Amino acid sequence: MNALLEVKNLQVRVEEREILHGLTLTVNPGEVHAIMGPNGSGKSTLSHVIAGKAGYEVTGGEVLYKGEDLLEMDPNERAAKGVFLAFQYPVEIPGVATMNFLHTALNAQRKARGEKEILTPDFLKKVREVAKSLNIPQDMLKRGVNVGFSGGEKKRNEILQMALFEPALCILDEMDSGLDIDALRVAADGVNALRSKDRAMVVITHYQRLLNYIVPDFVHVMSKGRVVKSGGKELALELEKSGYAQFDDAA
Amino acid sequence: MNVALAKTDTKTDTSRALGEAFANVRERLPGTGAVAEARQRALEAFERQGLPHRRVEDWKYTDLRTAMREVLPLAAAPDEAAASRAAAILKSAAVKGARQLVLVDGVYAPQLSNLGKLEKGLAVRTLRDALETGGEAVRNQLLPPKQSADPMVALNTAMMTDGVVIEISEGAELAQAIQIIHIASGASPAAMFTRSLLRVGNKAKVTLIESFVAAEGAKSYQAHDALVVSVGSHARLDHVRLMEDARDAFNISTAFVTVGAHAHFNTFNLTAGGQLSRYQAFVTFGGEHARVETNGVNLLNGTQHGDTTLFLDHAVPNGASREVFRAVLDDRGHSVFQGRIIVRPDAQKTDAKMMTRALLLSDEAEADNKPELEIFADDVTCGHGATTGALDQSLLFYLRARGLPEKEAQALLIEAFVGEAIESIVDDDLRDIAVGAARRWLAARG
Ligand SMILES: Nc1ncnc2c1ncn2[C@@H]1O[C@H](COP(=O)(O)OP(=O)(O)OP(=O)(O)O)[C@@H](O)[C@H]1O
Ligand SMILES: [Mg+2]
Repeated sequence: MNALLEVKNLQVRVEEREILHGLTLTVNPGEVHAIMGPNGSGKSTLSHVIAGKAGYEVTGGEVLYKGEDLLEMDPNERAAKGVFLAFQYPVEIPGVATMNFLHTALNAQRKARGEKEILTPDFLKKVREVAKSLNIPQDMLKRGVNVGFSGGEKKRNEILQMALFEPALCILDEMDSGLDIDALRVAADGVNALRSKDRAMVVITHYQRLLNYIVPDFVHVMSKGRVVKSGGKELALELEKSGYAQFDDAA
Repeated sequence: MNVALAKTDTKTDTSRALGEAFANVRERLPGTGAVAEARQRALEAFERQGLPHRRVEDWKYTDLRTAMREVLPLAAAPDEAAASRAAAILKSAAVKGARQLVLVDGVYAPQLSNLGKLEKGLAVRTLRDALETGGEAVRNQLLPPKQSADPMVALNTAMMTDGVVIEISEGAELAQAIQIIHIASGASPAAMFTRSLLRVGNKAKVTLIESFVAAEGAKSYQAHDALVVSVGSHARLDHVRLMEDARDAFNISTAFVTVGAHAHFNTFNLTAGGQLSRYQAFVTFGGEHARVETNGVNLLNGTQHGDTTLFLDHAVPNGASREVFRAVLDDRGHSVFQGRIIVRPDAQKTDAKMMTRALLLSDEAEADNKPELEIFADDVTCGHGATTGALDQSLLFYLRARGLPEKEAQALLIEAFVGEAIESIVDDDLRDIAVGAARRWLAARG
């Protein structure tokens, strides 16, 4: 079986400072990986590099997606090929209507894959279904992208996009931060509904609680720009008890 | 007027060339007696000043003396070939449902215009007709006794050839919009001098669209236009102007608008065409409690230069004005926005706000924003602001991470940016027209 994502000895600099110091991670289709680690350990940096954000200098290692060099691709190309990042801090885009954005983005991805564009009625139907399952009111979709959304609403909007675009690799960067307990359950249900044998998830979180809802196959601990420990879901419980101090030396 | 100027043109050369040009064509220009005298006086006024240049404060950023290297010959009356080229472009320029009044190379084209079934309260005639046979009243409106000191307005007065004169009588509410379409058919470089008049009677209501376009393959030309508008008391005028002239054209246009008591004037200008353009609007509050919204967007790339200059004169108390201006500049595009608001000593309770923003898509693009408030009354609410910036990279990345290619992601953000000015268009149909024009520019960008 081919790995979906292979991060090999990745070294990344931001503004002359090395943030990732040789990070290795392999994700196979169907798997759910959790990444935990203290603030500033480089979790969002990893997610940004995978999504293709500018400003990160890869000084060593490689990232393969379905065997292809991901780092060579434009961000939109990655999205069209099935890479999705649910942002830790989704931006507000005033003046761009959410519905128009979703429709344009979905069609851009389909076009890049050589598929037919989705027609407006089919699109509307699909968005409504997904929005309903995530408890997202219709009037939220009428506003500008994320404009005036609460923190939790922004996160739910990310999950909505994930459900709509049906990516193969989902990276969720702290999707639980800012969500109340009910919203967390709804969002987690949305994520779980997308679990399939062809799709993989990388769930970045600080809290073991999320992993009660989205049960991971693997848990990795990141510290100072490296994966310092990997294990099964019980590793998250262990961390909850003992914290990250034990890894300070390892990193 | 077939005078190509040497590279060393000076004020005197330019003026002399235009003076000769005027002498050559004056026989062809409509109007005798008082009209001819007014032309002569205007030409002299122009000659005293010459083409405006950077040391003329109001024209500081648009130096015509440098930019207008030659004076083009007055356009010939359009022949059949010109008319058919114009008819072809008219198809895409005509706004559905509107009444089209078409000027081809500066001359009214009856065969392309629609003067059928004039609604009650609407009267339309050509400028030529008004100058030749119109009474003193219409002449005084077309040639206001208190002439503007602007040299390009004076030149327009001297040379104006044709245009339309639209009168809407008291209380008439026109359901059908009126669209004046200026088409340059030009197979050869030429200059057009047009002037139109719109009189909106008290309590009347009308929508005016102005379009400037060129027929396929039109050569460099110079469009000189003036629009004189009076909006009666309790009247309403919705106005959209779309300048999509050919990429090597000049467009020098002036609007004079007087707004009556309790009247509402909502106007939007889009400058997306031309090599060099200037749109100057002089809006005067003639009666109390009038409301004016002037909005504008400049979309420029290549080496285009677009100047939008607004002059709002709060001459009476209790007036409200809003100006929202946006410029999007790519390549070496250069946008000028000058907005001057004068609040006269009597104009208490004036409420005036102006906001202008420019978006630079390239390091070589340039925006000059000059908002000015001159306040001589003490009980007023006035404010203005100006910003210049680039596209927000984090927003661009978000869109691209969702699958939008770079140009498409930019287009969404640019449309949102200009939408801030388009939003202020009150009429839904006009707003759609403005959005459509902005999208044409974005699509042409690739
Ligand atoms: N643009 C940048 N310029 C300078 N330093 C940066 C930049 N982006 C990230 N860093 C630094 O890189 C390190 C890793 O940041 P990152 O956001 O990846 O951490 P994280 O693990 O996601 O933390 P958190 O749990 O708080 O979200 C931090 O020290 C951060 O300050
Ligand atoms: Mg983070």
